Amino acid sequence: MGVLTDPFVQNAFMQRALLAGILVAIATGVVGTLMVLRGMAFLGDALAHGVLPGIAAALLIGIPSFVGALVGAAVMIGGVAAVQRRTRLSSDVAIGLLFVGMLSLGVVIVSRSSEFAGSLTEILFGEVLGVSWTSILWQAIVAVVVVALAWTLRRPFLLMAMDPDQARVAGYPVRLLEAVLLGMIALTVVVSFRVVGTLLVFGMLLAPAGTAALVARRVGAMMIVSAVIGSVSVYVGLLLSWYYDLAAGATVVLVAVGIFFVALVVQGFLPSRRPHPEHA
Amino acid sequence: MTTTAISAHNLTIGYGGNPVVSGITLTLAPGQWLAVVGTNGSGKSTLLRSIAGLIPTVDGHLEVLDGVPGSGSTGVAYLSQSHEQGFLLPIRAKDVVRMGRWPVRGLLGRLRGEDERYVDDAMVAMGVEALADRPLGALSGGQCQRVHLAQAACRRADLLLLDEPTSGLDAASRERYLALMDFERARGAAIVSATHDVREAARADLVLLVAERVVACGPPAEVLTATALADTFGVIISDATGPVVIDPHHEHGHHHGPGTPRVRGHAPGHDHEHGHDHGHSH
Repeated sequence: MGVLTDPFVQNAFMQRALLAGILVAIATGVVGTLMVLRGMAFLGDALAHGVLPGIAAALLIGIPSFVGALVGAAVMIGGVAAVQRRTRLSSDVAIGLLFVGMLSLGVVIVSRSSEFAGSLTEILFGEVLGVSWTSILWQAIVAVVVVALAWTLRRPFLLMAMDPDQARVAGYPVRLLEAVLLGMIALTVVVSFRVVGTLLVFGMLLAPAGTAALVARRVGAMMIVSAVIGSVSVYVGLLLSWYYDLAAGATVVLVAVGIFFVALVVQGFLPSRRPHPEHA
Repeated sequence: MTTTAISAHNLTIGYGGNPVVSGITLTLAPGQWLAVVGTNGSGKSTLLRSIAGLIPTVDGHLEVLDGVPGSGSTGVAYLSQSHEQGFLLPIRAKDVVRMGRWPVRGLLGRLRGEDERYVDDAMVAMGVEALADRPLGALSGGQCQRVHLAQAACRRADLLLLDEPTSGLDAASRERYLALMDFERARGAAIVSATHDVREAARADLVLLVAERVVACGPPAEVLTATALADTFGVIISDATGPVVIDPHHEHGHHHGPGTPRVRGHAPGHDHEHGHDHGHSH
């Protein structure tokens, strides 16, 4: 048993990493579920890319990095929305270019100053083992806010996932609610990048929610399963990285993605409870 | 209860200011059923979406439940044409039906005994009570459509807007649907359904034939004539059970009424007496 707990019992930084990771798993589990159901995975990815230049610019001019990340997220949402409004045929191309553009811009900004060279890896892949109590506080606040919003707005969010027009006819302000949902994704990405990095936070948004979609029969259950799978991934990932000296954030995401594929394969061997609509 | 469910006068509907159908004038009273009949792209869905307040009207006057379209939200139940996202959601059939009661109870209000009774009644009416615990993704297209119809029915709305409600339904389910329409009308609800099923339209109180214009509007006995249907759909043939519609406009997109000098299609039903160039140049 000691093998599974000692790293955390004996090291304060491992305790902080676990706590931060679980808070991030709760926020990404809830937001990721809404994102997957709403078919917004692409936008989540966009946000994760968009925060990088924001963080880099914040480092450069010396303001808190989460402020820069929020600005970057806002610019990215605006950019994607503008592109989608202008073109229909090639929007994936344009958005893809926006992704790469933002990523490159971030790297370029960081490379302007040699003292940030080390920061780049931390921004991209996380620094979960060096997470501070201040970040943990922010992660806790965002987790609470995100859970509270998802709970309060569960009916319109579910109707919107089902059929946005129906939500509109039912009297819900769909545009406003979409903005709220984007804000929830942005907040989650901004507080999560310290743990798994801007490149990998998308994995935490997508993998646990995707796994939960395979097993859950209700949306509430899907969020809980998703948060639990995310937390387990954090724990297993941290443990693996401790014993085998692996990059912690990437290992956490790798475990989460691994669980998804294991669940996918296992489900393929089980008697089908949810046949694919084409065969129903 | 309102005095008129829908009142339209010289109404033009369309998308982004581009008219699709103009000159719609009709009044629908509570307890009446209006069937909007036409091909795909004829303007049926556009009319339903305009009445629902989802798109602005282009011109003319439209009043829904004595107000602006879209303002009487809890009074209107809307069933859209596609439920394509449904299979992704981990949700049971009964919970889908329950969603129909949400607008009545607000954001957080619990569903009460009355709500559950309406939900159960609607599921029995559409014959989906045995599917209650099945995940939505495990249902066939027809079952899914019946679940969504039950969702619209449990609302006990003043106005039901149903886009292609019988698509995917087998004969028995279609009978259930028609019985449900009778029940809804009897309790005073007005119904607007978009359909290309002439037999369904024959059961309505009022029929509007559209083909990117108003072909005819009135009681089914007066409106559902061979000429008007031919105008709406193209070609009509009949079998033992009634008129069966062949629809050449599906391929050609645009309808050209008799006398329209722009005839250039080669639809099997088009007469070639206009003396215009029918060269198959396109």
